[in-house]
Order: sequence, then C-alpha cells, then structure tokens
Amino acid sequence: MTSNKSILLTLIYDARYRSITFQVLLLLGIVLGFWWVFDNTVTNLAAQDKGVGFSFLSQTSGFQIGQTLGTWMFDYEVGKSSYLDVYYIGIVNTFVVAFFGVFAATVLGFTLGIMRLSQNFVFRAFSTVYIEIGRNIPLLVQLFFWYFAVLRSLPSRREKVELIPDVMGVNITGLYVPRAMPEDGFALTLYAVIIAFIITYFTSRWAKKRQQDTGKIFPMFWAGLGIIIGLPLLVFLATGSPLTWDYPVFKETGPLLKRGYQAENGMLVIPEMLAVWFALSVYTAAFIAEIVRAGIVAVPKGQTEASSALGIKKNHALRLVIIPQAMRIIIPPLTSQYLNLTKNSSLAVAIAYPELVSVFAGTALNQVGREIEMIFMTMAVYLTFSIVTAIFMNWFNARVKLVER
Amino acid sequence: MSDKQNGFVRTEIAPVLPPPPSEAGVTGWLYHNIFNSMSDFSSPMAAVKSILMALLTLFLLYTGLGQLWALLDFGLFSAVWSAPEGAKREACLTIEQGGDLPNGWHGACWPFIYAKFKFLMYGAYDADQLWRPNLTGLIGLVGLAWVLIEPLPYRRYVGAFLLTIYPLIALILLTGGHFETNYNNVGLITIMGLALITIGRLSTTGRFGRTAAEFSSFFGVFGWLFIAFAAIEAILGVDFNLRQIGTNDWGGLLITLVVAVTGIVASLPLGIILALGRRSEMPVARILSTVFIEFWRGVPLITVLFMASVMLPLFLPEGVNFDNLLRALIGVMLFSAAYMAEVIRGGLQAMDKGQFEGADALGLSYWQKMRFIILPQALTHVIPGIVNTFIGLFKDTTLVSIVSIFDMLGAAQSTYADAAWGTPVQDETGYLFIVIIYFVFCFGMSRYSMFMEYKLSTSRKN
Repeated sequence: MTSNKSILLTLIYDARYRSITFQVLLLLGIVLGFWWVFDNTVTNLAAQDKGVGFSFLSQTSGFQIGQTLGTWMFDYEVGKSSYLDVYYIGIVNTFVVAFFGVFAATVLGFTLGIMRLSQNFVFRAFSTVYIEIGRNIPLLVQLFFWYFAVLRSLPSRREKVELIPDVMGVNITGLYVPRAMPEDGFALTLYAVIIAFIITYFTSRWAKKRQQDTGKIFPMFWAGLGIIIGLPLLVFLATGSPLTWDYPVFKETGPLLKRGYQAENGMLVIPEMLAVWFALSVYTAAFIAEIVRAGIVAVPKGQTEASSALGIKKNHALRLVIIPQAMRIIIPPLTSQYLNLTKNSSLAVAIAYPELVSVFAGTALNQVGREIEMIFMTMAVYLTFSIVTAIFMNWFNARVKLVER
Repeated sequence: MSDKQNGFVRTEIAPVLPPPPSEAGVTGWLYHNIFNSMSDFSSPMAAVKSILMALLTLFLLYTGLGQLWALLDFGLFSAVWSAPEGAKREACLTIEQGGDLPNGWHGACWPFIYAKFKFLMYGAYDADQLWRPNLTGLIGLVGLAWVLIEPLPYRRYVGAFLLTIYPLIALILLTGGHFETNYNNVGLITIMGLALITIGRLSTTGRFGRTAAEFSSFFGVFGWLFIAFAAIEAILGVDFNLRQIGTNDWGGLLITLVVAVTGIVASLPLGIILALGRRSEMPVARILSTVFIEFWRGVPLITVLFMASVMLPLFLPEGVNFDNLLRALIGVMLFSAAYMAEVIRGGLQAMDKGQFEGADALGLSYWQKMRFIILPQALTHVIPGIVNTFIGLFKDTTLVSIVSIFDMLGAAQSTYADAAWGTPVQDETGYLFIVIIYFVFCFGMSRYSMFMEYKLSTSRKN
C-alpha cells in the first residue's frame, strides 16, 4: 500500500475496508431514512392532535360483530367488550377459517393431484380443468362468486334446504348445524383423547423397535385406531355420556317474523364464513394439486422398479418407498401454501367476514383512528405466524436431510 | 461360415401385422385411458375396485359434462345476444319478471356487457380520449411481442425502450402530462449535471490531483443521472395539449394492467438488488435485505394496501400528497419486489459455483461479475418464475378494489348497482365476463411460462 494515497481512497478502493465503508454508509442511509419518516410521523400526528399508545385497547367497542366462534369465545357484547377483545376475536376467526380451509384444501388438493396422474382419461381431464380454472381466476373474484352468486341464490330466511333432515339445513342466513352441549365431566373424555394419542405414540415406537429387533410385525394401524377411538369412547360411556346435541329448530307456523330457523337453537355458520371457506379451499386446492403431482412425478421410476426387484409388495413399496420420498418434496411448498391460505383469509374483509383485517384493521380502525398501532398489530399476527412456520420448515428440512444421508 | 442351414430359417421378411385392437386406434386409446383401470376382475377385491372406478368415472363424466353444458348453455345457447333499440333490463327478463323471455330462462345478458363495456375496460376515463389508453396499450403490446418473438432484430433495444422510455410515454399519454414543474430547478439540475460531467472529464487527466482522478467515473455517472432526472422532469412539465385526466377517473382493465405492469417493472430492479443483498457477504446488507424480504412476504397484501392508504400520508412531510392509485402502486411495488427477490435468489443459488469462480479468476470486479456473468444466466433461468410472479401479481391486483380503486373487479361490482340493468342474471353475466378475461390472461401467461421452462430445459441439456 503506497502511502501517498489518501485515506478516503483507501476506504473506497482497498478491498479490506471497502465493504465496511459501504455497510456503514448503507446503515447511515437507512437510519437517516427511518429518522426522516419518524420525524414526519411525529409532526403529522401532532398536527392531527393524536398521540401514540395502546390505551385505546381497553376502550369499549361500539359496533356489532356477526355471530362467529370468536364472538362466542369472548362473549362479545357491544358497549361492554374492549378493542382488545375485538383483536382476539379477529385472530380467532382468522385461524378458524384458515384451519378449516387448510383441511379442505389438503383433502381436495391431494385427491385432484393424484387424479391428475391417473391412467383414466376422465379423471385426468376433470382434475386438469378444475386445477386450471381454480388457479387462473383471482381469489377475490372466486370469493365474490361464492358469496354473491351462489350463496345469495339460496332460499330466503323463511325457507330452507335440508342437507340432513332435522339435523343440518341451510338458507340465506347461513348453515345451521347441531350445537354440542358438553355437560360436567366431558373434560375427562378430552383428556382421554390426549392420553390415547400419547399411548399410541409410545406403542408405535415399541412396535417399530420390536420389528427391527425380531422382524415381527405388529398391526400398528389397527391398534392405534382402536386406542384412539376406543379409550375416549370408553371414558365417555363410563362417565354417563355427558354430551348432548342441540339441534336447529325450524318453525313453519306461528307469527311471520318468528318463522324460519330459531336463533337460540343449534349453531349458525354465517354465509360469509362459508364463502371464505369455499373460496380459499378451492383456490388453494388447485395449487396443492400441482404440488402433489410434481412431488409424485419427481420420484424416479427406478425407485418403484428397485423396490419390486427387492421383492417388496406393491402397497408396501408405495407406503415405504415412494410416498416418503414424494412427501419430502411436497411438504415445503405445501407449508407455504398453508401460509398463503392463512394470509389470503384476509380477503374476507371484502365480504365482511369478521376476521382480523376486517374487524380490527377495518371497522375498529375507522372508529378509533389509531392507524399505526392497529396496522402493526394486525401485521404482527401474520408475521408471527410466518416466522413460526419458517422455524418449523427449517426444523423439517434439517430432519429430512438427516434421514436422507 | 457354412451355407448349410440347420432347421428352418426364414428367407423372406415376415409380413407386417396390424397392431392388436387393444393397442391402436380408438379402441386402444379407450382401453389404455379409460377401461384399463376398471377391467381387473381377478380377485373379489380387485373386482370391487374396478366397479367402484367405473362408477366414479361415470359420475365424474356426468358432473363434468353437466357443468360444462350448464356453462355453455348459460353463456352461449340460452344467452341474450342483442337487445332491441333502447331496451335495457327488459331484454333479459322472463315473462314472470315482466319481460318477453320464457319462464325459467337462465342465460347471460350480453347487452348488459355491451352497455358497460367501456366502463369495464376504462372506468370513467373520458370517452373521447380513449385513443390514449389504446395507443399506450398498442405500443406496449407491439414492444412486448417484439421482445418475445425470437428471430426479430434489435430485441435488446426494444426491451430497453420498454423499460425506460415507454413508462414515461405511458404516463404522459394516460394522465395528459403537463405536471407542475419548476423549470428553474430543472435548469439548475442540468447545469449541475453538466458541471459534474465536465469535472469528471477534466479530472481523468489528473488536472485536479490524484484523488479527483480516481473519482472521475463517479462524477460522470452522477452527472448523467442528474441530466436524466432533469430531462424527465422537463418532459413531464411540457404541455402536449392533452386533456388532463386524473387517476380517479381511471378504472377497469386499464387500472388492472397499470397496477400489474408497474408492479412487475418496478419490482425487477428492486428485486435484483434485494436478491444480491441477501446473498451478499456484507452482514449489514444481508440482514437488511432479509428483514425487508421476510417482512413483506410475511404479511398479506391487503394489509400492505391498508398501510399504504392510511399510513403513507403520515410518513411523508406535510403537503406531500399522493393520490389513491399511487399509494396503492407503492404498496404493490414493495410487496412484489420481495417476492421477485426470492425468485431471483433462487436463480442465483442455482448457478454453478464455477461461474462465480471463473469470473473471479478473470479478475472481474463484483459488479462486472454480476452484470456480465451471473445475472444474465440467473435471470434467464428464472424467467418461468418471474412469469409466475407476474401471474400472481395480476390476480392480486383485484385487491385494490378493497381500497376503493375501481379495477376491473371493482368496476364490475359497481355496474351491478345500475337498476336500469337490474336483472337476476346481471351479476352472473358480469362475473362470467371478467372471469373469462382474467382466465385468458393468466392461462396465457402460464402457458408461456411452461413453454419457456421447456425451452430452457432443452437448451440446458445441450
């Protein structure tokens, strides 16, 4: 290094310092940018005579929320519940629809994905058409289609379409299903379910170890099924069946305004939830189907041939050789589809299903007017969920790698 | 070898037999594609399975064809195609509802779409100025086609034109130009730019000392940036004698395309920078890029749009006020840049390590290495991914209708409020129309991406 170069040039042209110089400048720029935004925000908030803080969360809310699991869990009441309750209700409702959506999309997606690889032309064509339609039409359009075109054409509130006579029915006000009414002692059955799962886990470990040691096969599937269904059932019956069902009641006579399904009987699934659920499942299922198909295709044919050469039975080969390898390819994109589904549930704001964005970043925000706090609180929920999923994915990838080598 | 032959040896070629009927022709196709899965009766289990498959096939055939028929019947055969002069909703009503069509009729009401066509395409854009969006679209389309069709010459220049000058033309054509411009500032910036270039030129000779000589290229680059900035500002200020049309009047497919194209064009350079940042060896750049990418990817687009529409005004100094569309565009750009960055990162990761090492061995600098060796290959490999991101973005543009911007979906929703066309089939017809448009765009692009994937995979095999 010649000494007559200035210090400035050394900082820029010397490979040892250049990256440090650049990073310091970058950091400085970012900090300045944030400071500028922060300063503007403070000025603007002062001009609007607004502060920053979370005290609004304890204020009571002044708007009605449609009957959903969230409002039921938090006993929502206008003028009594706080905005924090509204936040929780939003989160619960988001995850309710995401949970059911993930379930339906997985079932539908795997079915369609496998169908697309079928030798049967009808199966293949059906699933191809379904997948192409499902994923090439925007989710919001599908949502509007289900909500405005399909569910709005259901019979009016004084009529019904019975899906299961006297048990389940639907009209324009929503889907009516029986409500489970747990009595004292039902908790024991729930504990039994948990205990059954734990027992099954240890039994399967023992069965695997025994098979590896002695070669004897234990019918784990049937045993597990027996434990998981049998134990809770036994406890349930022993405690005297502490669960009754409250069936929806439909009145065809009486005062005109009281006809139709009765609000106090059964459980109502609001049409908004049905529309969001259908749209999310159908849309995501199309993507999952493609992931499943790609995963199965990606397992080389040699794997099937090799397992049959080793004398492994066909269904064993599928279960022990093909599916584990396909799943390793399927699960990472599948998880990101689940994440997408959860994020996409926020579109429900368009039809006012009371999930997080609609109820907290929408209605509550309009009433309280705390943009910064409320938008960030909303984003925080989704971000937390994404990060948890990412951590799971890293764990999964690491585990799968370990199995591979 | 002896001529003597033992036993029978054919002397003439065996006649070519026709393939067995189960292998060729219609029957062969039917056997392999339909009946193969349902013709195993070797064991009771297999028989049950075969019968179930047969029943399921029939069921799917019935449902699928039924749905298809219902759709065709609604959209084509039963549809009302033309309305008498001046007739509106009456053209699509049954006798029961007060019209002329037979009771129980259920079909699309296309005259409704003819009447609303302009609104679905352009929103409330001035009707006598429609040549402007049309011309913008035409230039874009021709340019895009030019870039995509292989044998045409100068594709690189056309691409550069699309990415640099075309947005400016589109902006002026669509809004009408004539923005408020302070020409004193333009002059000042031009002079500063010229001065910087001059200093840069002069200092290469070492006239201002060694330090300045080393910095000469910086001076030049900044000088040209200043001049380009001044030129853009000057052009935007010119009065082209076009009527000014605010973005509040835009709508329909126009908004959909503007949002999607702006999102993708802006997200490419941003995504490249973010992807390089995330793969960088500098911890600060890497962490910042990662946090940025993961933040935007972790939140739903609708919260981003809410944030852009309610929080952006708070973040900016008083007096700076963006219109609704620009706010949404900023949100969409940041959002899609994060997704684009991940796609490009995939391309960078898939690159052979030897390419990096080769470039290093040739003594190329970081930017030379990226510019000439890495990025051209990495970007080509991820063209399918970029197209898929674009499809996603195109579909996501529907979300702007939630923040009260009338894209095609929003425009369609608002036409349903028109009581003059109020019929039971009004919204079904509207949805069918926009669904067809969305489907054609998305399906077309996905086919293109598959074609590219195929082409790239074959070219890589060579």
